[in-house]
Amino acid sequence: MSQANATLVVEDIHKSFGAVEVLKGISLTAQKGDVVSILGSSGSGKSTFLRCINLLETPNSGIVSVNGEVIEMRSGSNGQPMPVSRKQVERLRTRLAMVFQSFNLWSHMTVLQNVIEAPIHVLGISKAEATEQAKALLDKVGILERMDYYPAHLSGGQQQRAAIARALAMNPDVMLFDEPTSALDPELVGEVLKVMRDLADEGRTMLVVTHEMSFARDVSNKVMFLHQGRVEEEGDPQQMFSAPKTERFKGFLANTRD
Amino acid sequence: MDYTLISDNYNFLLLGLINTICLVSLALLFGGIISIPLAILSADRHRIFGPIIWGYTYFFRGTPLLIQAYLIYYGMGQFEFVQNSFAWPILRSAWWCALIAFSLNTAAYTTEIFRGAIEATPLGEVEAAKACGMSRFTMMRRVILPSAFRRALPAYSNEVIFMLHGSVVASTISVIDILGAGRVINGKFYVFREGLYSAAVIYLALVILITQGFRIWEKHWHAHLRARPTGTPAPAPKH
Amino acid sequence: MENIWEYRDLIFIKGGLLTIQVGLGSLVIATIFGLLGAWAKLTTNFLLNWLAMGYTTIIRGIPDLVLMLIIFFEGQIFLNFAGEWTGLWTYVEISPLTAGIGTIGFIMGAYYTETFRGAFLSIPNGQIEAGIACGMSRPLIFRRIIWPQLVRYALPSFTNNWLVQLKTTALVSVIGLQDIVYNANSIGRKLREPFTFLFAALLFYLVLTAVSEIVLRSMEKKYSAGVRRV
Repeated sequence: MSQANATLVVEDIHKSFGAVEVLKGISLTAQKGDVVSILGSSGSGKSTFLRCINLLETPNSGIVSVNGEVIEMRSGSNGQPMPVSRKQVERLRTRLAMVFQSFNLWSHMTVLQNVIEAPIHVLGISKAEATEQAKALLDKVGILERMDYYPAHLSGGQQQRAAIARALAMNPDVMLFDEPTSALDPELVGEVLKVMRDLADEGRTMLVVTHEMSFARDVSNKVMFLHQGRVEEEGDPQQMFSAPKTERFKGFLANTRD
Repeated sequence: MDYTLISDNYNFLLLGLINTICLVSLALLFGGIISIPLAILSADRHRIFGPIIWGYTYFFRGTPLLIQAYLIYYGMGQFEFVQNSFAWPILRSAWWCALIAFSLNTAAYTTEIFRGAIEATPLGEVEAAKACGMSRFTMMRRVILPSAFRRALPAYSNEVIFMLHGSVVASTISVIDILGAGRVINGKFYVFREGLYSAAVIYLALVILITQGFRIWEKHWHAHLRARPTGTPAPAPKH
Repeated sequence: MENIWEYRDLIFIKGGLLTIQVGLGSLVIATIFGLLGAWAKLTTNFLLNWLAMGYTTIIRGIPDLVLMLIIFFEGQIFLNFAGEWTGLWTYVEISPLTAGIGTIGFIMGAYYTETFRGAFLSIPNGQIEAGIACGMSRPLIFRRIIWPQLVRYALPSFTNNWLVQLKTTALVSVIGLQDIVYNANSIGRKLREPFTFLFAALLFYLVLTAVSEIVLRSMEKKYSAGVRRV
């Protein structure tokens, strides 16, 4: 398949914070149904890369396009690039749902209210329809009986599953996962990974920044290893894990236990 | 103390009570309406409005309400253009001047309270809203303000009580508020305890009512913050 | 404008100094009442707890001007009653200045009570236990461990209370004290320039607020050395 009908194309992203260049030109193409795991030690820029895709961070240069539609950028008043149309960014963000490391559920809303919020107020779906859909999603991630609880009254694993349901409610084309299990107690990681596995199985396009090697190896069909803002190695997970090409990835694997 | 004197003159105190309640609630209403956009702009660190709003809140929070009320009631008449303007009938009335002073004063305090609450919105919740594709307006209306109002509630309940306390200033510019009514009774019958003590009791009762009201409101609104009850937690109340 | 200059002595020097005098005088009284109140609330004596509780609830429930008028009259009556009853003194008249300072001090003391109580409760009990474990005496623990932290934890709330107290001093003009508000208002109205004179009084308060804030905030900074900023 060519880039033309890819779900997500990211080309040559550069990003600096002050004098520090965090991303030094990263590209990625994801076809429909791809599950891409993004690996790297802390400080390698993997989270920043993910946040550049939905413009939570504005890249200094590079191109992001979703379903062939390029996010148009222009040079702002301070010389830094900025999106031409905030409307376009907002619209494309509804196609790219994000799941955060720290869940970021809206603390003043119940789980159900969290899930129906954006469908009603961003997509303009009726409340009845959004609620029905939300209940199905909450059932799918296994927390339907907790739908009237506030986030503070749930365990971390339950909160993250609620956050995944919130992302799914947008019916996105691509799901971005930013270290979704890193803030969880070890015994709660499994329940979240299982939900993510199910999503991969049903053909969702996913970009996952993670430290879970078993997920990267067994679930994803593509792995990217970042080091100091560059792609050090990428390819098929089976090949990469059994025969790493670069010394750095070899070292990274040796230092990371499953 | 002559209790029959108080019960015979309850109509003065009732008038005072009504005036105080009207002044305070209208001031809180207007102050609240003014403060929301000001708080949003100043939390946004707007380049032009930010410093102006800072100056406004600093001025009104840094000076006594008594002088602010004097300035509007006694001071405005100094200028001929004010006397000739359409606003003169309002600015000549002590009641309206008190309302203007109270509204501007409570708006300044409320702006600061809301600004703090908006700035304390967890960054992650804002990012989650952005990531859902919410516009800035939707995000403000649905995520930031509702959560900021909840956070601001304890500080705001203090502000309401301070406004009630501060409203006695109205009596110094000849409005018959609760204290004013007490002083009218005292002056009329050459006593001092009856009027003042009645006023004190009414104010105390109002403060207790307001405190209890906010406690109930907080209980309802802060359900999302309460620690998880042991055992099976009860689900949140349906709205 | 030239009128303000002409009357500068009466307004800023005489009136302004009186305002500052009332403010600082009542601050001393309020701090004493506040420390006593905090002690009464924290002690295990039931009667003292109850008394302190009543003090803070009633004072904080009633507007300052109402309290000021009541205390202004009742204080006078009480003093003469006490003199007559004990036979120690005959008729005395409290000067409005003493009454103003005493009343504002007594009222604000209720707010400082919470300031000091909260600050004391913020000191982790483990630090006092650590002092005991080192064999420190009770006065030594108070002087070296409790007091410095008490000041640090109390300062932010102390600052806020003082800024409220400063503005409360304007109310003494209502009981006839010739402070800056009284003078600015009466002279301004006499000369038909009430706005100009009252605005000058406002600016005077604004300067006092700004100076107080700068001084107290820099003290906060000094006393919070070693505290992690979150």
